[in-house]
Amino acid sequence: MKALCWQGVNELSVEEVPDPQILNAQDVIVKVRLTTTCGSDLHLLGGYIPAMRAGDVIGHEFIGEVVAVGSEVRRHKMGDRVVVCSFISCGRCWYCENDLWSLCDNGNTNPGIGQALFGYEPGGVFGYSHAMGGFKGSHAEYVRVPFADHGAFPVPEGVDDTSALFASDSAPTGWMGAHLGGVKPGDVVAVWGCGAVGQMAARAAMLLGAERVISIDRHPERLAMTERHVGAETIDYSATDVGAELRERTGGRGPDVCIEAVGMEAHDTGVQGVYDQVKQQLRLETDRPSAVREAIYACRKGGSVFVLGVFGGTVDKFPLGAMMNKGLTVRGAQQHGQRYIPMLLERMAKGELKTSHLATHLMPLDEAPKGYDLFKNKKDGCVRAVFHPGT
Amino acid sequence: MRRTATMAAAVALAGAGAGMARWLSSRRAADPGGDPREANRWLPVTVNRSPEEVMPEGRLPEPLVRLGDTVEVRVRKAPGGRGTELAARLLEPPPQGARGAVARISGDDPRQEVRRALREAKSLLETGEVLRPDEPSTNRPTATGKVLDLAIRRASGEGRL
Ligand SMILES: NC(=O)c1ccc[n+]([C@@H]2O[C@H](COP(=O)([O-])OP(=O)(O)OC[C@H]3O[C@@H](n4cnc5c(N)ncnc54)[C@H](O)[C@@H]3O)[C@@H](O)[C@H]2O)c1
Ligand SMILES: [Zn+2]
Ligand SMILES: [Zn+2]
Repeated sequence: MKALCWQGVNELSVEEVPDPQILNAQDVIVKVRLTTTCGSDLHLLGGYIPAMRAGDVIGHEFIGEVVAVGSEVRRHKMGDRVVVCSFISCGRCWYCENDLWSLCDNGNTNPGIGQALFGYEPGGVFGYSHAMGGFKGSHAEYVRVPFADHGAFPVPEGVDDTSALFASDSAPTGWMGAHLGGVKPGDVVAVWGCGAVGQMAARAAMLLGAERVISIDRHPERLAMTERHVGAETIDYSATDVGAELRERTGGRGPDVCIEAVGMEAHDTGVQGVYDQVKQQLRLETDRPSAVREAIYACRKGGSVFVLGVFGGTVDKFPLGAMMNKGLTVRGAQQHGQRYIPMLLERMAKGELKTSHLATHLMPLDEAPKGYDLFKNKKDGCVRAVFHPGT
Repeated sequence: MRRTATMAAAVALAGAGAGMARWLSSRRAADPGGDPREANRWLPVTVNRSPEEVMPEGRLPEPLVRLGDTVEVRVRKAPGGRGTELAARLLEPPPQGARGAVARISGDDPRQEVRRALREAKSLLETGEVLRPDEPSTNRPTATGKVLDLAIRRASGEGRL
């Protein structure tokens, strides 16, 4: 079959690779209908995520059709249209039972690598490095889905492929940020980043009752999209002092909840940004955390900051003093998708959650390297490039 | 505090992240005069099942049982309804120092087998299967890829466990 392979830093190619097989009785094989780029892939492309091997198939946000079913699978049959959570989770360990699905104990086949990096290993993910299990990704014609009874979800009839696709990763990630960030009715919420994840976090905050949601980015087309499709207010950080603007818009208090949806390659207009970029390139600091820093300074006293952006290692100049003295709650997580996906699909069916506008560029899998160029460099208004492997 | 930092530099190559450099430096070497337990600690996992399910009629779970009398095993109820703490320890202490590091890289460190057996027993008890990794695909051979391959081969038996 055809698949998009990571070949090295900023090097991708479509290759012929072996078809996936059922390896465990709880697996299904999914024929991919649509699969999309994610901001997390940019960190792989940039070489910031360790344990990538030339030839690894990437991609983790996808929808498809079940074409083979392992003997122990109970909830799926051939022909089912399913959206699959990007995290591979067993559904029966203590973490899964406590709705902390991305921390599953049994989904990462390379625990030694994650333990060396983080003390304890995170769960397994499709197409996201050998530290996260080394599973093949979804930018392919077919993909093996382990623990399918727990990670694959039937898509309601009224929800089209392009909408349901984002229930795999970006929508549950955004929802988790607002939910575990503790958004309550009446809150003012600020969201850094107007990519798919940030837009979904902003929408989730609204649906959870936030009175005002303020989204921050610099790309005019993303800001306009967030105003139009999500209904949030926006701030262009390249033109405005974000801290001052947030203070003014919140009666001097600061936002109650700050959600960071930018990640380790954050862009920064100031001196601090140059410092981070140089240190990251020299590998003296693995991640650039400018949006996290800004969120911690801007957040109201006693407020909450949720880090959705992916970080892989260490950062400099983390404002620990601000966090401690202002009594903040700072939390982060890889997404616990299985907790939210059925509810999100229902909201899509009811028209409460719109996602299809995120798919700005649809193209065949053969053109995926071009799709990543558009997405990475935010060319031509690209928010997400979506690939269809079928003919 | 001495650390066995053997393969660290090599693996740092394989992954760009600085964290990879901790691959083999994560465990302290036994230090004469230090805590003697460092040479051969209990390796524990917590299984989300009751002690009766983990050891029905006192029988050790698969595949831990196959380690026979090379290990001693300790089982106790975990606090707060977290299941069962299942721990194993080698009866004969594993090789130390430079010899130990070589054993870890070559896959001859007996602790790797114990860790793998504990993890597999846990997964079988909780899910009824041990998840098999995807086979690596085409994979252009590269220098860093070779080092990473080694790390991947050892990953199911390594770690802080
Ligand atoms: N936690 C999870 O499980 C999870 C899941 C999916 C994605 N992610 C992460 O979420 C992040 C966003 O993903 P995405 O797909 O939306 O990516 P994206 O690249 O499309 O969007 C990131 C946005 O952040 C903006 N940005 C950069 N620097 C900024 C700054 N200083 N202030 C405000 N905005 C800034 C960029 O202009 C861009 O629009 C990534 O780090 C990704 O890895 C996490
Ligand atoms: Zn993602
Ligand atoms: Zn689990």
